[in-house]
Amino acid sequence: MPTPLLTLQGINKSFGPIDVLHDINLEVYPGEVLCLLGDNGAGKSTLIRLLSGVHKPTSGTITLAGKPAAFASPRDASNAGIATVHQFGGTFPLMSIGRSFFVGEEPKKGWGPFKTFDRKTANDIAVKAVRDLGITRITDGDRLVGGLSGGERQALAIARAVHFGASVLILDEPTAALGVKEAAHVLRIVLQARQKGIAVIFITHNVVHALTVGDHFAVLIKGAKAADFRKGEKTREEITDLMAGGEQMAELEAEIKSYMSNHPG
Amino acid sequence: MSDSSPKLSFGSLLRRPETGSFLGLAAVFLFFTIFGGSNFASLNGAASWLNVAASLGIIAIPIGLLMIAGELDISIGSMVPAGSMTCAIISGHFGLPIAVGVVAALCLGALVGLVNGLLVVRTAVPSFIVTLGTLFAVAGLTLGLSVLITGTTSVSIKAGPEAKFLLGHFIGGIYQVTILWWIAAAIFWGFVLHYSPYGNWILAMGGDKVSARNAGIPTERVTIFLFMCSSMSAAFVGLSQAILYNSAQVSAGQSYIFNAIISVVVGGVLLTGGYGSVVGIVLGTLTFAIVNQGIYYTPFDANWASLIIGVLLLVAVLMNNTFRKMALSYTPSRKVK
Repeated sequence: MPTPLLTLQGINKSFGPIDVLHDINLEVYPGEVLCLLGDNGAGKSTLIRLLSGVHKPTSGTITLAGKPAAFASPRDASNAGIATVHQFGGTFPLMSIGRSFFVGEEPKKGWGPFKTFDRKTANDIAVKAVRDLGITRITDGDRLVGGLSGGERQALAIARAVHFGASVLILDEPTAALGVKEAAHVLRIVLQARQKGIAVIFITHNVVHALTVGDHFAVLIKGAKAADFRKGEKTREEITDLMAGGEQMAELEAEIKSYMSNHPG
Repeated sequence: MSDSSPKLSFGSLLRRPETGSFLGLAAVFLFFTIFGGSNFASLNGAASWLNVAASLGIIAIPIGLLMIAGELDISIGSMVPAGSMTCAIISGHFGLPIAVGVVAALCLGALVGLVNGLLVVRTAVPSFIVTLGTLFAVAGLTLGLSVLITGTTSVSIKAGPEAKFLLGHFIGGIYQVTILWWIAAAIFWGFVLHYSPYGNWILAMGGDKVSARNAGIPTERVTIFLFMCSSMSAAFVGLSQAILYNSAQVSAGQSYIFNAIISVVVGGVLLTGGYGSVVGIVLGTLTFAIVNQGIYYTPFDANWASLIIGVLLLVAVLMNNTFRKMALSYTPSRKVK
C-alpha cells in the first residue's frame, strides 16, 4: 500500500454552536478515486471547504504529502496542489475559453508596464488541454465558456486543474446537472485524471456514478463518517441504504409501493 | 449582417460586445444626418456632440469598467462639482497655483474613491447603496464647505495660459481639449481591459467574484482601485470644466450619473458584470451625445430628446442581449439561426 497523499485526522468543524463535522478520519491516495457520499446536509460541502481552504477546521489535522497543512485561503490550498471544481465547472460564462482557463495565472508577453495578455498562447494551451481529455469538439479558444455544454465546462475546469499541476482534485457533484451521455464523458475524464496519478475526491449522491469510478468510498451521515470501504466490499443497495441513513430507504420504497397499490392511477 | 464574410470572423464579430453599439451609433448618426441636415454633419455640429461626449466619456469608461467588474458608482454625480469646487476654491478663492488646485481635486477624488471601495469591500453592502450614500454625503460636504469658506455657491477661477492650454481651451476655436484627454483615457483603459493581464481580472471579477478570488485575484484591491479611478475621473472632469468656464458651481453634475450609465449600457456592457469593452463604451457615449445634441439640428422640439434616449436605451439593451445570446450559441461548425 503506498502512503496516503492527503490525510485527515480527527477533523471537527463547528459554526458557533452547530457541529457540522465530528471526528472525520480519511486517507486519500495518489492515483485513486475517493468517493465521498452522503445525503444533502451530511457535511460534504463543509468538508470540501476545509480541504480547499475556505474554512479552517475547529480541531484536527490535515496532512498533505507528509506535511501538516493549514490553508489560510483557497489560494493557499491551490498553491499546495489542491484544486476544486464546482458543480457548474467554469464559472465565467461570458469569458473566452482561453481567458477563463488562465484567470489569475495569465500568460504574458512584452516588457515592463506594457506586458500584455498572451491571447494566442492562452487559447492554444487551453484548447490542447481540453482536447487531451477527449473533448475534441472544442477547437476555438475564443469561444465563450457559456456556450459550452455542462460536460464540456467540467472538462475545461478539470483540464485547468490538471494543467496547473494539481495533485489533489476535488470534484463537487460534477455529474449532478448532466445528462447520461455527458456524465459518462465526465466519468471518463475522472478516470484519466486518476491515471495521471492524481488523487481524486469525487463528491456525489449518485451511487451508480460513484461505483463506476470509485476505488474507495466514504459515507457521511449527519457530519460523521458512517462507513469507509473499498471497491467491491458493498453492493449498490447497501450503499444507498447507508446514505439514506440505514434501513429507511427500503422502508420508504415499501411505503411507496403500498401507496401505489392502494391508489391506482 | 454580412453572411458573405468568412464564418470565423463572423463569430468573432458576434463575440465583440461593441457590435450592437456600433450598429446603434450608425443608425443614430444616419438619422440625425438625414433630419439635421448639413449643420449636424458640419465641423461645428460635430464639435457640439464631441464636446459633450468627451467629458461624459472620461467618466463613462471607468464607470463601465466598474460595471464590468460587477460594481456601480453613482457618487460621480457629486464628484464632478466637488472636483471643480475644490480646484476653484484653492486656486481661485485662495489664489494658490493652479497645479495645487488640480492635485487637490484629484486627491479628493482618490480619497472618495478609496472610501467607496473600502466600504463596498468591507461591508458587502451593494455598491449602489454605498455610492448613493457618498453621492449625498459629498454633495452636502461640497455645498456646506463652499458656503462656509467662500460664502457663495459659485466661485470664479482664473487659470494661467499653461493650465488653459492643457485643460480648458478650444482647439480650432470649437473643439474642447478634453476630447484629447478622452482619447488618451480610451487608449489607456482599452489597453488595461483588453491587452493587459489585469483586464482578465476585471472580467473574471464581474463573472464570478468568489471564483475570481479563489483563483488568486486580489479582488478587493482591484475593486478599490477601480472606485478610485472613477472618482478621480469625475474630479478631473470637474476641474477641467472649472478651468474651461473660469468658474465652478456646487450643483453641476447629477446628470452625469444616468448619462454615464446609459452610455455604458448602450455600449454593450452587461449590467450584472463580466462582459463589455472600452470601444463599446466609447461608441455608446458618442451615441448618447449625438442624440442629446443632434436634436437641436432637427426640426423637432428638443423636448423629444429624452424620449429618443429612453427608447434607444431599451433597444440597445435588447439588441445587446440578442448579440450576446448569439455569441454564446455560436460555434464555427454550426450556422447561426
